[in-house]
Amino acid sequence: MSKSNDTIKKTFTVAFILCLVCSVIVSGAAVALKDRQQANQELDRRSNILLAAGLIEPGEGTPEKVEELFEQINVRVVDLRTGELTDDVDPGTYEQLRAASDPQTSQQLQEDPAGIRRLENYGLVYLVGDVDDPDRIILPVRGAGLWSTLYGFLALEGDANTIAGLGFYDHGETPGLGGEVDNPNWKAQWPGKKVYNQGSLDPQLGLSKNPGQEHEVDALSGATLTSRGVTNLLQFWTSEKGYGSFLAKFRQGV
Amino acid sequence: MATETPKTVLTAPIFKNNPIALQVLGVCSALAVTTSMQIALVMTLAVIFVTAFANLSVSLIRNHIPSSIRIIVQMTIIASLVIVVDQVLKAFAYDISRQLSVFVGLIITNCIVMGRAEAYAMKNGPGMSFLDGIGNGLGYGMVLMVVGFFRELFGSGSLFGLQILNLSKDGGWYVANGLMLLPPSAFFIIGLMIWAIRSWDPKQVEHDEFKIQANTKPREVL
Repeated sequence: MSKSNDTIKKTFTVAFILCLVCSVIVSGAAVALKDRQQANQELDRRSNILLAAGLIEPGEGTPEKVEELFEQINVRVVDLRTGELTDDVDPGTYEQLRAASDPQTSQQLQEDPAGIRRLENYGLVYLVGDVDDPDRIILPVRGAGLWSTLYGFLALEGDANTIAGLGFYDHGETPGLGGEVDNPNWKAQWPGKKVYNQGSLDPQLGLSKNPGQEHEVDALSGATLTSRGVTNLLQFWTSEKGYGSFLAKFRQGV
Repeated sequence: MATETPKTVLTAPIFKNNPIALQVLGVCSALAVTTSMQIALVMTLAVIFVTAFANLSVSLIRNHIPSSIRIIVQMTIIASLVIVVDQVLKAFAYDISRQLSVFVGLIITNCIVMGRAEAYAMKNGPGMSFLDGIGNGLGYGMVLMVVGFFRELFGSGSLFGLQILNLSKDGGWYVANGLMLLPPSAFFIIGLMIWAIRSWDPKQVEHDEFKIQANTKPREVL
């Protein structure tokens, strides 16, 4: 019996049947668990928005609480080309990242400091409280670090200039170096920093070795390229190419 | 091991023939996932599941596996099981699966799984292979839990996330040992464990494969 195992026919048969069985098991598991996984991802995204906004503390994001707090948040869509709120797309179903890769709904970037290649025409924005006079404005941001694209949320106070918080929910930077963007002590430096100078539309915020009082926080030691990437992506999304024109409407004297 | 009973197959890998302590396999993941006991426990369960079912499946079809592709057949089975575990964790324990990140996927390359499939399941019946898989998973888990116990207790002052020692940063008396949370500390603890186990059971001590000569002058070598 063992001899006949080594014929070419038997080898192919065993390989084929094995692959068939394994693929059925793997795809079966993937399909059966997809709904739960997507629910988890959505919950994670929402709790990250709430975390960036400072509405919940890390570790207390139970599904019910996240659901309840998320009720307070108005999800709206901004036309990034004009900076106006728009009703052209439904914020409930709009997928910003998918739109960014579709030529119909995005543009190739000529200047691309954040390293995102294509910029979508519409961007989501999360407003806490009143839409015309929000308490907090939360923007999705993303950009290239050293190894990976960092995805996160930048929360601003109602004056659209003071930072309330910054958090990344997905990245693949080196643990212990660039991965320190998740360090709560580092993140705690952000609240209170200003994005712009008075009356200007040019973002000043960023990471620096010698951080200035008003706009900058300490760069991540040992992670120059990640730090540079985070600076670039923050400046890009708060500039006029990103949400800058939209934010300008909430600021005084611009 | 001439006389194998289900009991010895199940328990021998825990102390007598521990995959990490004696065979020194699977150390990489043991360094990475032992910063807290909860993560170590989930990783243990995942590895037990994978080794047990990989052994069972390999053993069931062992008489039909052509020897020329037997490694790839084992890898396919192991990889499929690992993907299933990963999917289940993502669905039911999302936070933990995020913390384990790549290390669930890396169970595929864990030498313990592959080693048991090749060394044991290819030659033994399904029942015994299944037990052997559980036993080796337990042996791996035992080391993980012990390392996790020390690292979490002295690194974060907690066990399974429950605060045991009051940390100085919260106004308590215990100054957390940051080194314990870094991978090198796992090396130290595993090293000490291997020392302890081999002192308790001297049969496990390996004999030198060669003897290092006293210092030689370069001229003598030439």
